Amino acid sequence: MGYWEFLVEYLPKLANGAVMTVMVMVCATLLAVTVSMVFGLMRLSSHFAIQGAATVYIEFFRGTSLLVQLYWIYYVLPLMGLTLSPFISGVLALGLNFGAYGAEIVRGGIQAVPRGQYEAALALNMSPFSRMRRIIIPQIYTIILPPAANLTVELLKATALVALITVVDLMFVAKQINATTWLSAQVFGTALIIYYAMARFALIPFLRWLELIAARKIGKA
Amino acid sequence: MDTTHPQVLPEGSPLVRFSGVTKCYGPLTVLDKLDLDIAQNEMVSIIGPSGSGKTTVLRVLMTLEKINDGVIYVDGEPLTHMPKAGGLTFSTERYLHERRSKIGMVFQQFNLFPHMTALQNCVEAPMQVLGLSREDAEERALNLLELVGMGEKKDQHPTRLSGGQQQRVAIARALAMRPKVMLLDEVTSALDPEVIGEVLNVIRSLNSEHNLTMIMVTHQMGFAREISDRVCFFYEGKIAEQGSPEQLFGDPQNERTKQFLHAVLDAS
Ligand SMILES: Nc1ncnc2c1ncn2[C@@H]1O[C@H](COP(=O)(O)OP(=O)(O)O)[C@@H](O)[C@H]1O
Ligand SMILES: [Mg+2]
Repeated sequence: MGYWEFLVEYLPKLANGAVMTVMVMVCATLLAVTVSMVFGLMRLSSHFAIQGAATVYIEFFRGTSLLVQLYWIYYVLPLMGLTLSPFISGVLALGLNFGAYGAEIVRGGIQAVPRGQYEAALALNMSPFSRMRRIIIPQIYTIILPPAANLTVELLKATALVALITVVDLMFVAKQINATTWLSAQVFGTALIIYYAMARFALIPFLRWLELIAARKIGKA
Repeated sequence: MDTTHPQVLPEGSPLVRFSGVTKCYGPLTVLDKLDLDIAQNEMVSIIGPSGSGKTTVLRVLMTLEKINDGVIYVDGEPLTHMPKAGGLTFSTERYLHERRSKIGMVFQQFNLFPHMTALQNCVEAPMQVLGLSREDAEERALNLLELVGMGEKKDQHPTRLSGGQQQRVAIARALAMRPKVMLLDEVTSALDPEVIGEVLNVIRSLNSEHNLTMIMVTHQMGFAREISDRVCFFYEGKIAEQGSPEQLFGDPQNERTKQFLHAVLDAS
């Protein structure tokens, strides 16, 4: 079987898998962004318990294996009475794990806003909440987007793990095809190219566009 | 608990009173039992060598820093402290929030909000803090931007403005809160020489036409002499000498003042 015939036969199936990969990716990213914001802010709280809770969360999710976390959510939580679908389990594990890394980026971004901005807002008697929401947070995007973009590309690549808990994503479909055809080079070669193309021609340009918008918002570029 | 300072000042007291104010950073005493009164509508300049505590005076009054001892009063009420039982205790954030709008500050580095236009910079706090409607806040902001000669540039972001223009917007932004006293910390020090004049002109008009109470830290001796009602010379966290501009610049009594004035006047 030539590569062309292989593609004609199996590309539609791989494409279906890729759509699932995109869905996992989008949902996990939305969760990770939320988690990043919440725990990044909690890390900067002056309240001891709030800050401590965030530190424990971040330490735990960054300090243990993503694959083990995934298996925990999918295989162990049901033993405790909480059964989640493969898709939800995958999104949860990825979102919670990458959110822990994102929280550190958010914390760093907030701390990198010049102190004068905080002081100017205080001198205008803005409340702590307004200062954060109206003055500081809008300025962190140009700072956090470059590292956040790296993390997002990592997240896309890590979605392949959800195949291990039976989510029918690109990796899962590739393994299925391989099991029946033994065309390993063609199958996994094509999967590599699709992952690369998704990152290189969709995700990265999108993230660059976000960076440009953020720069415009503060009058740069 | 502090029982040596009164809970309110008597009628007719100055707008701002520093009463025995001490500020330390670790072992370093930056303000040393400072006493300073500022009357309503008074224009007071603070001069002195670098590190003498000039900026710190403004920062503690703006409540950007906490003091270690003494009390600052504004408008007859304690600011750094609040009444409790028979004496005074350090203010809570809530107590400060109810009073901080009486004070406005303009910084050496402008500190405009870069994600907002000139107009948005001036509208933000009046809406968020004073609860003005957008209409009222914009009307107030536009008037003030006109006053500082920045009406035309109202829709520009700070990065598109020169230093002098940014500083004029920063002055309008502080005025939009209608403070009772304005604090100016070396507002021309970060500016190119050719734009210093435009900022000084704005301050001049605030003083002469609008009778604003101002405390100004400055290295512009000529300007301080021209505009001030009173000049304070700071040395090591204390007022070493103060008086009218004629007296302080024309006939300084203190050795330190003489040395300092010699040094800066020789340099310029
Ligand atoms: N946050 C700070 N921590 C430690 N020392 C400080 C801090 N801010 C100011 N100082 C010190 O306090 C002294 C007075 O500072 P400042 O009021 O800024 O002086 P000036 O404005 O007269 O030059 C200086 O010696 C300065 O180094
Ligand atoms: Mg200073």
